[in-house]
Amino acid sequence: MATMRAPPRKGENFELSADLNSEYRDKRKDAIKRVIANMTVQKDVSGLFPDVLKNMQTDDLEQKKLVYLYLMNYAKTQPELVILAVNTFVKDTDDPNPLVRALAIRTMGCLRAEKIIDYLCDPLQKCLRDENPYVRKTAALCVAKLYDLKPELVIENGFLETLQEMIADSNPMVVANTVAALTDIHEAAIANGSATDIFIVSNTVLNKLLIALNECSEWGRVAILNALARYETQDERESEHICERVVPQFQHANASVVLAAVKVIMIHLRGVRSENLIKQMIRKMAPPLVTLLSNPPEVQWVALRDINLLLQKRPDILSSEMRVFFCKYNDPLYVKVEKLDIMVRLASENNVDALLSELKEYASEVDVDFVRRSIKAIGQAAIKIDEAAERCVNVLLELINTRVSYVVQEAVVVMKDIFRKYPSTYEGVIPTLCANLDELDEPEAKASLIWIIGEYANKIDNADELLGIFVDTFTEESYPVQLQTLTAVVKLYLRKPDSSQGLVQRVLNTATKDCDSPDVRDRAYIYWRLLSTDPGAAKSVVQAHRPAITLPRTTVAPALLEELIGEISTLASVYHKPAETFVGRGRIGADALPRKGTDLEDDQSTARKAFQTVAAGQQAENLLNFDDPTDTQQPSGLAATQVLAATPAAANLLSGNSSNPLDDLVSIFGNTGMGSTPSQPPGGGLSAGFGGLSFGGAPVSPVPPATPSVLQASSPAPPQPPARQQTAEEDLLGLF
Amino acid sequence: MISAFFIFNQKGEVLISRLYRTDLKRSIADVFRIQVVSNSDVRSPIITLGSTSFFHVRVNNLYVVAVTKCNANAALVFEYCYRFIAIAKSYFGKVDEESVKNNFVLIYELIDEINDFGYPQNSEIDTLKTYITTESVMSTNIAAEESSKITTQATGATSWRRNDVKYKKNEAFVDVVETVNLSMSAKGTVLRADVEGHILMRAYLSGTPECKFGLNDKLVIDKNERGSLGDAVELDDCRFHQCVRLDEFDSSRTISFIPPDGEFELMTYRSTSNIKLPVKVIPTVTEIGTSSVSYVVTVKTNFSNKLSATNVVIRIPTPLNTTSVDCKVPNGKAKYVPADNVVVWKLPRIQGGQEVTLSATAHLTSTTHRQVWARPPIDIDFQVLMFTASGLIVRFLKVFEKNNYNSIKWVRYLTKASGSYQVRF
Repeated sequence: MATMRAPPRKGENFELSADLNSEYRDKRKDAIKRVIANMTVQKDVSGLFPDVLKNMQTDDLEQKKLVYLYLMNYAKTQPELVILAVNTFVKDTDDPNPLVRALAIRTMGCLRAEKIIDYLCDPLQKCLRDENPYVRKTAALCVAKLYDLKPELVIENGFLETLQEMIADSNPMVVANTVAALTDIHEAAIANGSATDIFIVSNTVLNKLLIALNECSEWGRVAILNALARYETQDERESEHICERVVPQFQHANASVVLAAVKVIMIHLRGVRSENLIKQMIRKMAPPLVTLLSNPPEVQWVALRDINLLLQKRPDILSSEMRVFFCKYNDPLYVKVEKLDIMVRLASENNVDALLSELKEYASEVDVDFVRRSIKAIGQAAIKIDEAAERCVNVLLELINTRVSYVVQEAVVVMKDIFRKYPSTYEGVIPTLCANLDELDEPEAKASLIWIIGEYANKIDNADELLGIFVDTFTEESYPVQLQTLTAVVKLYLRKPDSSQGLVQRVLNTATKDCDSPDVRDRAYIYWRLLSTDPGAAKSVVQAHRPAITLPRTTVAPALLEELIGEISTLASVYHKPAETFVGRGRIGADALPRKGTDLEDDQSTARKAFQTVAAGQQAENLLNFDDPTDTQQPSGLAATQVLAATPAAANLLSGNSSNPLDDLVSIFGNTGMGSTPSQPPGGGLSAGFGGLSFGGAPVSPVPPATPSVLQASSPAPPQPPARQQTAEEDLLGLF
Repeated sequence: MISAFFIFNQKGEVLISRLYRTDLKRSIADVFRIQVVSNSDVRSPIITLGSTSFFHVRVNNLYVVAVTKCNANAALVFEYCYRFIAIAKSYFGKVDEESVKNNFVLIYELIDEINDFGYPQNSEIDTLKTYITTESVMSTNIAAEESSKITTQATGATSWRRNDVKYKKNEAFVDVVETVNLSMSAKGTVLRADVEGHILMRAYLSGTPECKFGLNDKLVIDKNERGSLGDAVELDDCRFHQCVRLDEFDSSRTISFIPPDGEFELMTYRSTSNIKLPVKVIPTVTEIGTSSVSYVVTVKTNFSNKLSATNVVIRIPTPLNTTSVDCKVPNGKAKYVPADNVVVWKLPRIQGGQEVTLSATAHLTSTTHRQVWARPPIDIDFQVLMFTASGLIVRFLKVFEKNNYNSIKWVRYLTKASGSYQVRF
């Protein structure tokens, strides 16, 4: 083995060649091992092909396997020589020893040389009907290998029909591999568009699968459960039957079997109407899900991501189990982060105290990212549970008093959200926040504090001083901070016109003249015009009432959630993204989007309805509320510019399926932060309103004539927030 | 499914490389080396680049990596990686760079047997050992007939057992091993306490024995079904080895099975109610100014004085700027380990119902910037024989075989904690 890592000697292959032709069996075998070792470290040993091939005919099973391993690697590069091996292979498929027969057929399928493929069909035909199940199960998979290489051979030789018959095999393992092979072929055929009906799980197939399920190996069970998930039930009774037969699999030791069973049940529960049965199934699902957490961290992580999805679909599954998601000190970060998210999902009035003391504990840990997320979670708990808001605020204050920079900054951001949810409730906190002004160096934290100062300008005596600091450094700040400063100063002016006239002049001047972000300039111009034409209108616009924020129950669109629940345990469910985003082209193509659009049609229409109601119910000036606080969380200045610069086509892409170029403005207000979802419809209305205003410089009448009918006309399909959120994420993923 | 399987050492050198499917090139290994091995900030066990996903598991400085090109079943891929590790352990003791290098031929043989075209195949260790051995096997030596038997068994409904097992003395050993996880707050309230139980069995039984296994009379397995049984042992959930008939357990709550030959894990369970915590820790930690920290840590054992806790190791974290620690202990040895920033206190044995106290002072250097000390929890490892924290006991193990032989059964209990019995302070 010493040679495995040795530096390449001159003529090493020459030496090996000599040894491979040695008259001593041991020497030859040792040489083969060295060849394999070299192959592993990616040294080129293809030149030894004929020498290795000579050692193929042997009684030594281990040596045979080694030679086969070599062949699988280099057959493609030496197609002429592989033909020499064919005879041995074909002979081996007639060997009395089933292990040898299986080995030969397994290896032949992996050779991938055109020349040898034609010789594969006859032995394969024979092996599929072998009396030994081990050979049959190997042959079944070989059909899938052959299909991968030359589909027409599989069809010509009727192998597909043979496989269909083999589903009825008496041996469970053969059934499992047959199902795996058929599924593999089915998916390949769909991917290349040649056929869509290769493996239909029919009623007869179903019964055979349900019988094999209890007898086959763990991996086989996963294959069978996946096939069961694809079965389309005829009636409710059938759905119930499948659920009942699959439920015992929850007790299996292998996590992938448990998750596959969860998937089947979640899918077939859709066809069940009996509330009782649904309840019973969901109840039985909880303990195994919790048990998945005693697996190794990687498996835990997959389970946690799936639990997160399940909770979005059925928030009641684990309602009494929050404690099991408490982070252990030595959990890997990726597990902790997932647990945190699930803890917030499970938070309720009953357990919020335990949750808060945990989160406080986490906020003193070492990892900055985890600490931030813990603090964010405190804010989410405050927004989710009204009764606990005060306790959350107290914990945040304690954390601010630690004066650890990143803790303070995150806490300030979180406090802003709490102010948005509970306006004018925790004003006593403001002095503490302002005292930490100097500590803030991150744009998000700065912008949050500025928003708070602007919102409560009349209650903060030195608000003009505080904002003055930011106006002085206006051009050095990042765009989100500039936008917030601008708005906050205008608010201040509207509340205390006497003391801040100079400040507002200065900020509008700087923003319109020295600022290079079009967003900031445009906003400054609008404020300026509003203020100079009709201060009353400005007041009603800037200080308009805003809808309260809530915690979104789902992070993905409902249609996507259903799709992902049907993918439980796969990568798609781990990433919470449809498989097309990372398989194949690696990026969702423009042609794929309309399809997504139709999937979401139902949601689009409900969103549209909601939007119309909102639009009709509000006064026009309310719609012009461009102080929508969501913009404190808008994408960074760069992202916003990109959106603006985008062509209408790109805008369409970003905003789901809208065809209106004006909608690209909406994207500016889009954000993926928490709590934004419910405030989206007015946000859409805002930009649409500007559309009506021929936004960009023309003189504007004091109260814009944006009526509901105009809104509908200019925005035929208001983009639906989760859809946009999703596409934005997909875009991020496209970076891969 | 799984397109390729690799093992890397810590430096990112390829030790094992096997492509199961043809949608990848061997050079994909370089991508993993660059993206994961030489990247210090890997925050996820799955990395997806383009349409290629890398699943990795670390074991003793090795990376066990599976690569896929499709929307793969993530749980299955990780389970498969861990199964490979378990098989490798069972074949050559430990899994590290040296053993992988020394056994690479065997590993290739194994990974070809347990995976075909990316689909995991039979991976029952006992069965594998019947036809993949460390000594080279002549195919003439294994008579064709013998192979038929092996292969039939490997694919059959009881793929885990040969049917020609014979023992002179029929014995079965049952080990109930409970791992207690505890997290206790500084105030002494239990934040979470649960027991992970494993019932391990070593069956040396002839023929095809049909076993029935019984636990406590007052045992509640489905927590939600329970009435109010105050002192009952309640299991939140249990999982079984694949030999257990799950449908029978589901319908009648009986645990019946034909065991594999030799050692296996019959059942794992989880319990969160009525847990008896065998060891209590009461820490008092005071920061005296910025120059020192004083510790008084009391450990109490909370079980019958006929039993005792052994191999007790208590790890008490110290601030990062600790220079030295003075410890006083009545028994055992306490030592400051600067590399881990902990005081390690080892006690070979504590009798039940006893109490021992460590007092220590950590001296700190003055640091320029004051960083808040995260105060990681105190962590205790221990073992208590013949004690179960959940209260679970084995009532019976019945063996039925057509030859009607007598069998001897042994039961042992062990409760232990390792790495997750934590007390905050």
